[in-house]
Amino acid sequence: MHDISAPAVHHHAPPTSFIRKHVFSLDHKVIGKQYYALALVAALCGMVLSWMMRIHLAWTNAAIPGLQLLSPNGAPGGVMTPEYYLQLMTMHGTIMVFFVLTTAPFAAFGNFFLPIQVGAEDMPFPRFNMMSFWVTFTAFVVLMASFFVSDGPTLGGWTQYAPLNAVGAVGGPGQAMGVILWMTSIALFCIGQLLGSLNFITTTLDLRVKGMSLMRLPLSAWAWFITSCMGLTAFSVLMPACILVILDHVAGTSFFVPSGLVMNDQLLPHSGGSTLLWQHLFWFFGHPEVYIAIVPGIGIVSHILITNMRRPMLSQRVLIYSMGALAILSYMVYGHHMFVSGMNPISSLAFSFPTLVITIPATIIVLIQVFSLYGSNLRINSASLFALGFISMFVSGGVSGFFLAQPSIDIMLHGTYFVVGHFHMVMGVAAMFGIFAGTYFWFPKMAGRMMNETLGKIHFWLSFVGAYCIFMPFHYLGMAGNVRRYSTFVDDYLQPLIPVHRWITVAALITGAAQLVFVYNLIHSRFWGKPAPDNPWEGTSLEWSTATPPPFDNFGGKHPVVYHDPFQYGVKSSAGDYVMQTSPEQVATEHEEK
Amino acid sequence: MATTVHEPPRIDPERLPEKTHSGNGGGGNFIPADDDLHVTEDYSPPPSSTAIWVVLFAVTMMFAAFTSALVVRKGSSQDWQSFTLPPILYLNTLILLLSSVTLEVARRRVSAFMRGVTSRAEHPARWLYITLFLGLLFVSGQYVAWTQLRAQGLYLATNPSSSFFYVLTVTHAVHVVGGLGGLLYVIRKLSNSSLRRNALVATARYWHFMGGLWVYLILLLWFKV
Repeated sequence: MHDISAPAVHHHAPPTSFIRKHVFSLDHKVIGKQYYALALVAALCGMVLSWMMRIHLAWTNAAIPGLQLLSPNGAPGGVMTPEYYLQLMTMHGTIMVFFVLTTAPFAAFGNFFLPIQVGAEDMPFPRFNMMSFWVTFTAFVVLMASFFVSDGPTLGGWTQYAPLNAVGAVGGPGQAMGVILWMTSIALFCIGQLLGSLNFITTTLDLRVKGMSLMRLPLSAWAWFITSCMGLTAFSVLMPACILVILDHVAGTSFFVPSGLVMNDQLLPHSGGSTLLWQHLFWFFGHPEVYIAIVPGIGIVSHILITNMRRPMLSQRVLIYSMGALAILSYMVYGHHMFVSGMNPISSLAFSFPTLVITIPATIIVLIQVFSLYGSNLRINSASLFALGFISMFVSGGVSGFFLAQPSIDIMLHGTYFVVGHFHMVMGVAAMFGIFAGTYFWFPKMAGRMMNETLGKIHFWLSFVGAYCIFMPFHYLGMAGNVRRYSTFVDDYLQPLIPVHRWITVAALITGAAQLVFVYNLIHSRFWGKPAPDNPWEGTSLEWSTATPPPFDNFGGKHPVVYHDPFQYGVKSSAGDYVMQTSPEQVATEHEEK
Repeated sequence: MATTVHEPPRIDPERLPEKTHSGNGGGGNFIPADDDLHVTEDYSPPPSSTAIWVVLFAVTMMFAAFTSALVVRKGSSQDWQSFTLPPILYLNTLILLLSSVTLEVARRRVSAFMRGVTSRAEHPARWLYITLFLGLLFVSGQYVAWTQLRAQGLYLATNPSSSFFYVLTVTHAVHVVGGLGGLLYVIRKLSNSSLRRNALVATARYWHFMGGLWVYLILLLWFKV
């Protein structure tokens, strides 16, 4: 026996075959790009679905060319049935929440940059990392496969409430095989994210190079670490919930279907299940999921703003603690999604209080960002514009959260477009802006080429104005009593609101088309963009210390040593107004983190 | 005005990079990796040590979800019918706990060998094989318990109590099978002299956790089912 106590240091040889290099790669950078590509495809699918829904809402009887090919029964002649509208809505929400908002800011950027930012050559468990992506990819394929089963995907919404999620075909189109595929897909997705979280946590805690204390981690790394801790807790609960629903379908158990339930004139054979049980299990995951989507964005845009402000945030430490507080509190507030479930008013109060409390760390984060910006000479580029857009969307969407946190108001607004506007702005568009900001900022390091700044700014302004044109009117619709999840508005009190829906639809089509500018910029720059220098933004964190694009082992067979806090700007050094974390140069600055 | 430069970690001065590169503010100030891997090793625990706690946390959350589901489901309706647990489960419990003892013996013998206390491994593999056998015996015993319940007419969908019994015991058994895979990995590594202490420690922690989890589950089932 020899070397029995040899320490576990990960090494794997550079791949030589195409398959190992680009498909089943163990390299965290390739896996990060794969996650990004998956998120991009998913985002385009989700966007097309939203276009179809919006067209139907504005012009109910309009035929959408080609839709009948996707589902002859769901859209005969290209005009979608109410059930098919709900099916598209479910798939839009599921794709966006899981495969875009979770995948891109956390799994894609985190995979690529977390190991580099801590100075590691890779994740500690690269095979698990590879499995993480391919399991997630399989989950996406399984979900999309539900478009092609006989009665299409499930129509139960991305929350998949019980008992509709467990009654089978009697519940409507997609409620049999569609639900099973949905649950299988999400259970697989959970496994993928758990494997990813395992790698993220161990990378952050165990693979930091010498000198890289936890407080010297950049804010983006902190955000990915906190998100991975949230994901570990949340996905561990969602997966068993999905398993129980699948058993209700295929094994005849009664976890979620109550006794004596009659649906479509049929008495269902289940007995005694709890419909609220699903809501508890789902929202224990579901609310933290909101923060799983947004916390990476907070870290990413903070990182970007600091780099472009050329000075650190007012307090990096408070920002980190606030992100941590968001993570912890996110598990205490989930009941606010259930105010209308008939819960005890005292329980409502118990969930309402932490819901209001969670606005404190969120407000602290925004205030730190805004006051740090005050008086700064911000470099205006696509990344910093989208970072500013992130703050704008987060604040605009967050303000409506104050209303919804109060049970008495939420009961009135819960089933309306007000909620749709709220979560689209605070969670959807804000997170998307974080993804765009990260893309413009890190694309040079990921692809070795610069993106076109002019196209980036056009993309920003069209998206920024477009997003407000789409989602601010949602709040007005909600306050006017416009119920959500209806495919047509035939009631007298809703018909006057149809022009507003048409305005939103036109804005959605234009804003969606503007994303093609981004896709063009991304693809064109990937192949024909200007070659990127190693440190185009004069950044200080470790990813800017290495070559562009980084070599296979990230630092060319060497380990960096860290001497500084992550954002040393506004100093006088031999490099200019900044000093990199790896520079042993001693500098003086006013920005010391106590 | 204050300096931001914290006291850097202790580094062999001869290994410090020469201050020849300042054009990008410090990029390239690296130390060779080949002979200096201990730079990271000394600084942090091995990843497998952290990873096993992460895994155990995820497993804990999963069974916490099942437990809360059981409690809510039992309290929400009148259709819950209790049944007597198959007696073989108690024997299985003893077997799983005994396997933890044998694995601990194996772990200590290997550790003693690593520290140089003993000149040879004193057959740690034998104890690992015994643990493996006991683990397989436990899973087989669980299968016997399921067949006994089936013979009584208690299937997965018969009653919510039997549903939870099967869900909890099967999920636990799947995790035990994962632990058996870990044991096989350790035995294979031990046989070709490439076993790392961390792998053994992580496997042992997982296995002991499975024993503790089973004690929790059988108490839960005894009280609730």
